[in-house]
Order: sequence, then structure tokens, then C-alpha cells
Amino acid sequence: MPSASLLPVALPEDWENGGFALYIHWPFCQAKCPYCDFNSHVTANIDQARWQRAYLAEIDRVAGLTPGRVLRSVFFGGGTPSLMHPDLVAAIIERIRRSWPTSNSFEVTLEANPTSVEAGRFAGYRDAGVNRISMGIQALNDHDLKALGRLHSAAEALKAFETARSLFDRVSFDLIYARQDQSLSAWREELTRALSLAVDHLSLYQLTIEDGTAFGARAAAGKLRGLPDEDLAADLYEATQELCENAGFPAYEVSNHAKTGAQSLHNRVYWEYGDYAGIGPGAHGRLTLGGIRYATDTPHLPGAWLERAETQGSGELSSEALTSEDQFSEFLLMGLRLREGVVLARLDSLKPVEFEMNYNGLIESGHLEIEAGRLRTSALGRPVLNAVLREILGA
Amino acid sequence: MTELDHIRNFSIVAHIDHGKSTLADRLIQETKTVADRDMKAQLLDSMDIERERGITIKANTVRIDYVAQNGEKYVLNLIDTPGHVDFAYEVSRSMRAVEGSLLVVDSTQGVEAQTLANVYQAIDADHEIVPILNKIDLPASECDRVAEQIEDVIGIDASNAIRVSAKAGIGIVDTLEAIVHRLPAPKGDRNAPLKAMLVDSWYDSYLGVVVMIRVMDGVIRKGDRIKMMQTGAVYGVDTLAVLKPQMVAIAELGPGEIGVFTASIKQVRDTKVGDTITHEKKGCEKPLPGFKPSIPVVFCGLFPVDANDFDDLRDAIEKLALNDASFTYEMETSAALGFGFRCGFLGLLHLEVIRDRLEREYDIDLITTAPSVVYHLYMKDGELRELHNPADMPDLTYVSHIEEPRIKATILVPDEYLGDVLKLCQDRRGIQLDLTYAGSRAMVVYDLPLNEVVFDFYDRLKSVTKGYASFDYQLTGYREDNLVKMSILVNDEPVDALSMMVHRERAEMRGRAMVEKLKDLIPRHMFKIPIQAAIGGKVIARETLSALRKDVTAKCYGGDATRKRKLLDKQKAGKKKMRQFGKVEIPQEAFISALKMDG
Ligand SMILES: Nc1nc2c(ncn2[C@@H]2O[C@H](COP(=O)(O)OP(=O)(O)OP(=O)(O)O)[C@@H](O)[C@H]2O)c(=O)[nH]1
Ligand SMILES: C[S@@+](CC[C@H](N)C(=O)[O-])C[C@H]1O[C@@H](n2cnc3c(N)ncnc32)[C@H](O)[C@@H]1O
Ligand code: SF4
Ligand SMILES: [Mg+2]
Repeated sequence: MPSASLLPVALPEDWENGGFALYIHWPFCQAKCPYCDFNSHVTANIDQARWQRAYLAEIDRVAGLTPGRVLRSVFFGGGTPSLMHPDLVAAIIERIRRSWPTSNSFEVTLEANPTSVEAGRFAGYRDAGVNRISMGIQALNDHDLKALGRLHSAAEALKAFETARSLFDRVSFDLIYARQDQSLSAWREELTRALSLAVDHLSLYQLTIEDGTAFGARAAAGKLRGLPDEDLAADLYEATQELCENAGFPAYEVSNHAKTGAQSLHNRVYWEYGDYAGIGPGAHGRLTLGGIRYATDTPHLPGAWLERAETQGSGELSSEALTSEDQFSEFLLMGLRLREGVVLARLDSLKPVEFEMNYNGLIESGHLEIEAGRLRTSALGRPVLNAVLREILGA
Repeated sequence: MTELDHIRNFSIVAHIDHGKSTLADRLIQETKTVADRDMKAQLLDSMDIERERGITIKANTVRIDYVAQNGEKYVLNLIDTPGHVDFAYEVSRSMRAVEGSLLVVDSTQGVEAQTLANVYQAIDADHEIVPILNKIDLPASECDRVAEQIEDVIGIDASNAIRVSAKAGIGIVDTLEAIVHRLPAPKGDRNAPLKAMLVDSWYDSYLGVVVMIRVMDGVIRKGDRIKMMQTGAVYGVDTLAVLKPQMVAIAELGPGEIGVFTASIKQVRDTKVGDTITHEKKGCEKPLPGFKPSIPVVFCGLFPVDANDFDDLRDAIEKLALNDASFTYEMETSAALGFGFRCGFLGLLHLEVIRDRLEREYDIDLITTAPSVVYHLYMKDGELRELHNPADMPDLTYVSHIEEPRIKATILVPDEYLGDVLKLCQDRRGIQLDLTYAGSRAMVVYDLPLNEVVFDFYDRLKSVTKGYASFDYQLTGYREDNLVKMSILVNDEPVDALSMMVHRERAEMRGRAMVEKLKDLIPRHMFKIPIQAAIGGKVIARETLSALRKDVTAKCYGGDATRKRKLLDKQKAGKKKMRQFGKVEIPQEAFISALKMDG
């Protein structure tokens, strides 16, 4: 009988440092917001039963690939998942729970739009097993909500938020700032109010003008006025850090703030470069199978995904093996978004042998810091992360 | 062979865009020289760049057979010329080959600067001139007023000017009749030794160098052994042809005729425009007077954006130079830009045309450095040096004084913009020589330093006069002035490609404008970047580009990793193409844009 020390011991794979999560994409919205480049579509008739069959089949497929993994989190993102029937959500969660062991702090988040109709379904989601709500409030005044093309008023959003609070322990909401004609003082006031409402988590995004959106087209035509210049954008960002920090909501990532212990476990899997399976139209994934890390993709159009999932036995469109360079870049570009940065030992182990990494200059200039075996951005470096990454990666 | 009295040779001259090439089209069409189905607008503008920009760059010749109303058959040789001042040399040599000119004046615009410049050249060449009032189809046409203006300003009789619409085909037969009856026939002696003028030459990828000649005396035939009198080179005539406008072989060319030959000549450079061609044996004794060669007046550096493209750039420049003897080049190295070429051009349009062709026809991305003129440096040891590149400026302690080229500029402008034009000329160190009026238009003549005109004078003139001014110039000579070399330092490192010669009194202003422009053109970096203009060791203007403050992407979740990584990969590839100056990346367009002045 071989001695214990001779038994083959599987080395932990890199993804295990980040954990394993599941993303479910619901691609429908009531209306398309002018800034949004998410994979969302406006459709009148949605056959939720048919979608349910496809989602469940996909869960079964992915579970077959990843047996025994401990699932940390599930995220229903969109689009507008609060348009899903609670029964559909329940069926999905039930199937997931049957497919994988889940961690003790298993997190199930659903993205919700804050209209009264949707708030009516919140109780159903709770009963289905959702334990965290992320709400797209976006602004706290009606004028700006209108400019952002939102269907809800500020009052309606706050009511929906109250409903969510009464039903869930963990409720986060999103705001978009650096909006047209938004002054520094106006944002400070609005954020102060938001912080007084916040439960334990807040996502604060600077408005990004994306190609292929209505805002993108308007900006290209020179017709989107009142956007902040780089200096005002930086001032807005700094003010955000300061106010949140003082209110006990420090940033744990570029745009995400939480009280201690309330960070989104799901998003941390992305930033810590764990494995995640993406299910639904346009959902991306990272899956390490047989020692190879794959980037997976699915068809973007809802109909195309449905059909593929129903007839091909897999909703997956492509699955690309990532090179060591790719993995290294992704690990860094995701990991440095976290305030705590990346573990140096892991950075070294992912670094392609021939790659000459040089971040000493950035440490000297004060953009990067090393502490307790971690490399992280400083308060100076985080707002210019793109430049920092170009420098490290030689781009 | 055609009898002398049945030949008419003429050029079509005009200000830019007054309709020369369109008129040529109608003459070609009316005489059925080209079948209707092969006709296209501005047929003679055959280079891509000519067709794209709608301008003529190279003079073009076509031979037309015309049966006049008197029943006689005539041979007409037409030369369409470019209107832009950079290519004035093409006009002047074309005129030496012909006896008359059609002076086209746009009847909606009237006399412009190049109308004047061209007409004076035609008078110098002893031409008979037939004025043509073009574009009479347009409602804004004012034939009487323009005829009067031609008489007042130019001083030639315009009472029998022909009223034409080249576009609509009105007045074309009248024009042909005027060519036959009002222009003189060429003179010459068929029995004298061959004497022909080398008018132009170009490179054809099938035929090699094609030489265009005008026969003065004697006869040239296929197979003849001929000699170029200036270079002494001897060749055998392989083919002889006339241009209709494609080549049509012909047995011989006699006095008064214009045609082309090929003779296994390798390079356009081996042919000197203005040279006299005669037979190797029994040649003529006295050559024709010849032309002054064209000289490049504007120089700039051309560097490949990607240093690996240097060999391709060299090949491309050599190929272009095969066909354009007016453009010069020599290798240059720049501390900032690496290996490239210092090139000389006839003017800015010429520079742009060559650069465009290099970028497009040969697919090479280029950095163009500040255009500069040729300075004369008088050294203390008595030596005279030509300075083509400010980067080569020697230590001032060895220099006694510096002279710069000056021009005589003629500007025609409607009265209401006169003030702005005078201010512009004054700002550019001009000295007013003359100011006269022709109706509501003023004609100003200025003595200006060429270096103040080279860059953006023409653009500025167009903008302050809303496009209503016209401009022409001639080099007049060199004059001493208080000139200094201004260097630009980016992050304390001199960028040689941005250094320039300036007048001492204008240095602060130019330096200030440059550093302000550069501040806008260079993207923010992670550190702050001082940008300075300096003369010698003395900083005369300074700006600081503040450090980048924010560029981080707001949202980055599971689906964004791929997108973000691909973006970084793209930037990595793009970086190979960027120019690094110390720690600073300067974008290509900065090199040209930084020099544009707003005032
Ligand atoms: N309406 C009208 N337009 C004309 C007439 N003749 C020429 N044009 C237009 O004027 C413009 C310039 O004509 P071109 O024949 O290219 O002028 P050009 O004098 O050869 O110009 P360069 O060679 O660039 O100096 C073109 O858009 C022509 O179509 C005319 O008789 N009537
Ligand atoms: C999947 S989206 C939308 C979720 C949900 N449908 C909603 O609209 O509330 C998640 C969040 O991204 C943010 N977001 C979307 N587009 C953005 C943009 N162009 N710039 C900044 N933030 C954006 C919004 O705050 C939004 O709540
Ligand atoms: S922001 Fe939300 S509601 Fe608006 S289109 Fe995008 S996903 Fe849909
Ligand atoms: Mg033309």
C-alpha cells in the first residue's frame, strides 16, 4: 500500500484563488436607456416557459462540466431581470442548488429596476431564494432621470427601495454620476443623500459614453453637451471617494463601495479572476477545464441563443483557450481594480516566463504600492488605472 | 508632316479653377479627337491626385485635327497648364513651346493673381493672347465688367474676348476659329539642321522615359541618332509619336510640331527640360537659350512613423523622383525621429501632393517635420553655407550673419477685406510695395520673407478674406535679418524635428503659440510635462501639461475582461507606431499642427 505522501495530490488550480460563480443573463428591458450598451432588447411577447427550459438545460450542461465545485454566488443580470417571473427565478435557483454544493455565505443577487410594478415581485424573488437586490436608481432627481431616459421617478425609486429593504437584508443601489451639467456641489449633495439611504453597498459609476448607444451617436455628432472634462471628472471621483470613506462606505473597487463585510461576493469572483459560467444571451464566462482556462461566449440575440440552447445542446457560441499572456493581462486588469490589489505570489505564477514586468517606476512615482505581499494601486494610481496598466503591460 | 501655316500651337492659362481643363475637354470633344464614349471630365488630368483634388498639377499636351469653317484642315497643339502657383514653372516652360495663349478668365470672378502672373509670362514669351470669358452659363457672370477689368488691370484689348461656357459647350467653335485666325502660325526651316526644344519628360512604366519636344527647325524621324546639347548624351530614337492624348506613332515631326519620343533613357533626371535636341551628326550650332531650372524652395523632413518602413520609404521616394525632377531628397537622421529624408519642394501644395502620394500609393505612414526655407549662413571664416534644416544650425559664434529668401507677393482682394490682408502681411514682416485699385478690387504688392509664407499664409489669407483673395509670388532674392533658431523642449528634452528659424522679434510670439498648441496636442501622461521654447539656452515661453488625472473605466465585470484585454493588445500594437521622446509620446499630427499660427 503506497504511503500517503506518494498519493497524487492535485495542485490547486489558479481559478480556485477566486472561486466559482454563475451569471444568468436576462436580455429584456421595458425601454432602452440612451447610455446603455448592455445586451438588452425591448420585446412585447416573452415566452417565459420556453426561456425556463433553455436556462435549465444550460445549467445542467455547465454542471456536467464542473461537478463538485463549491458555488459562491449567482447573479441575475440584464437587461432587467426584475421582469422575470418569480416562478422562473425560483425554478432556476432550485436547479442550481440541486447541481452544485453552495458555500456557507451563498449569495444570490438579482438586478432590479425600481418601478412600482417590479417592486410588486420582490417578495416572490425572496421566496425564490434571492438574498440580495441590486437596484438601478441612477439619479435622485427627476430632471436627471429623464435625461438618462429612465422610466421611473425619484419618488417611485425610493418607494421600491423601501420595499426591497423591508424584504431583503442586503440591498445595494446604482447611481450614475458625471452626468450632463452636473456640478461638483450638486453631486456632493446628491451623494450625501444617497449615503444616508444606503444599507450596506453602493455602486457609483461615472457616465461612460459608449459606442453604439444613443448617447454615443449624439456625442459623435457633437450634440451631447455639458459632459465634464477630465479635471471635473477627477474632482467628482475624488469627492466620491472622500464622502463615501467618511460615511463608512469605502471603495473596495473602482466604482463599488461597501460597509465592512458587505462586498458583493459575486463581483469579487470576477475581480479575483476566479471561474464563472455565463448562461444566457451574450453572457461571457471563464472556465478552467482540464487545466486550460477558456473564455466562453454565447450568441447576443435572444432568439439566436434560445434556438442554440434548445437545438444544439449548448448555448455556447465559442470557447477560446486563453494563452498565458491573456490570463496574465486579465488577472492584472481585473485585480488592480480592487483596492486591495493582487497577491504578488499569484502574479508571479501567472506571469509568462519571457515577460519582463517592470512596475518599479510606478512604485517610485507613487502610483503603485506593495504591502503585505500584495501589489495595489494607490489613491493616485487608481483613477488612472488604464495608464498604469498600459505601463505595466507595455501597451 | 504638316505645313507650318496649318499648325497652331497654344497654351491655355488661367487662375486656378477658372476652367482651363474643362475648356480643353470641349475642344477635344468638338474636334472628335476622343470618342464621346471615352470622354470624361478634365480628361487631361490623368494623375489620381489631380482627379481627386480637381486640379491640374502637370501640364498636358494634346494634338487636335480641326477642319475650320474655311474648309482647311489644321493641326492644333494644345497645352493645358496648372493654375496653382507652386506649378508656375510648368506654365513657363510650356509657353516656350507655343506661339499663343488662351487666357481664360472666370466671368463670375474676374482677374485674379495667377491670371496676372500667367499673362505676364505669356507677354514675356511674345505670345498672341486670346481672352476667353468663361462660365457665362452662371447667373453671376458679368462679362462686360470682367472685359473692362482685363483692359484696365492687364492692359490688353478685350473687346473681342470670346464668351464661353466650357461646361455647357457654348462658344467652342468660336474659340477654335479664333485659334486658327487670331493666333500666329509657327516659324521654322525644314531644311535646317534639327533643332528641337525638350519641353517635358516623364516616366512611363512600359516605355521608360518619354520626352516631349517642340521642333523648331529640321525634321526628326524614328531611328535617328540624336544628341542632347546640354548633357552631351546621344540616343537612338526608338519611337516617335504625337499625343491624342494617347500616343499615336508618327513617321516624322517637322518644324512647328510637338510630339514625343522614347530612346531607352533610364531616368527623368537624365533629361534637362529646356535642353536642345539635335542630330548627332550635322547638328545645329547654337542651342536654344534653355530654361532656368526649377529650384525647390520649401524643405521638410519625411520620416516613416514605423522605423521599419525606412527601406520602403527610400524605394518610394526614388520611384517618385523618377517622374518628378523638381523634387529633391537626401537622407537625414534625427535624434528624435530616426532615419528619414530631407526633401525639397516647389511649394507647399507640391509638398502635400508628394506626401499624399507616398502615403497612399506606397502605403507608408509619415511624420512630416516643420517646413523650412533655405537660409544663407555667412560664416566668420568667409564661407557661405546653405541651411536646409534648422537642426543643422551651427553654433552662432561661428556665424557672421544670416540671410533669408524674400518674395514679391501679389494679392488681389475685394476692398472690404483689404484691411485684414494688410494686417496679415504686416504681421508676417511684410513691406508694402504697391497698392492699386481695379474697380472694387485692390491689388497689393508686398515684399515678404518666404519663411513667413511657407507654412500657413495661404490658409490664413483664404480665411480672413472668406476665400475672395488670390495670391501669387515670385522669389526676389536674399536679405539679411535678425534670425535665430528656436528649439522646443518637451519634458526638458529638445525635439529636433520641431526646431525652427524665426525672426528674433517674432520669437516670443511664435514660441508662445507653439508651446500652447503642443500643450493641446500632446495627450496627458502620468506625470506633468514642461513644454518650452528656447533660443540658445534661454527659455522664451513655457507651458506645463498637467498629469493625467482620470482615465479608469467605470464598469468592468465578467463580460468586460475580453474587451478590455483586446483593447490593451491593440494599444500594444499601436505603440510600436508611436514616437517616444524620452518618456513622452508625441502624436504624429503634432508635428504639423503645432506650427499653424492663428494670427
Ligand atoms: N458653371 C460652369 N462651371 C465651369 C465652367 N468651366 C469650368 N467649370 C467648373 O469649374 C471648376 C474648375 O474647372 P477646371 O477646368 O478644373 O479648372 P482649371 O482652370 O483647369 O483648374 P486648375 O487646373 O486646378 O487650375 C470645375 O468644377 C468645372 O466643372 C463653366 O463654363 N461653367
Ligand atoms: C446591467 S446595468 C442595468 C441594470 C438595470 N437594468 C438598470 O438599468 O437599473 C448595471 C448598471 O450599470 C450602470 N451603467 C449602465 N450603462 C452605463 C454607462 N454607460 N455609464 C455608466 N454606468 C452605466 C448603471 O448604473 C446600471 O444600473
Ligand atoms: S440601463 Fe438597465 S434598463 Fe436601461 S437599457 Fe440598460 S439594462 Fe435596460
Ligand atoms: Mg486644370
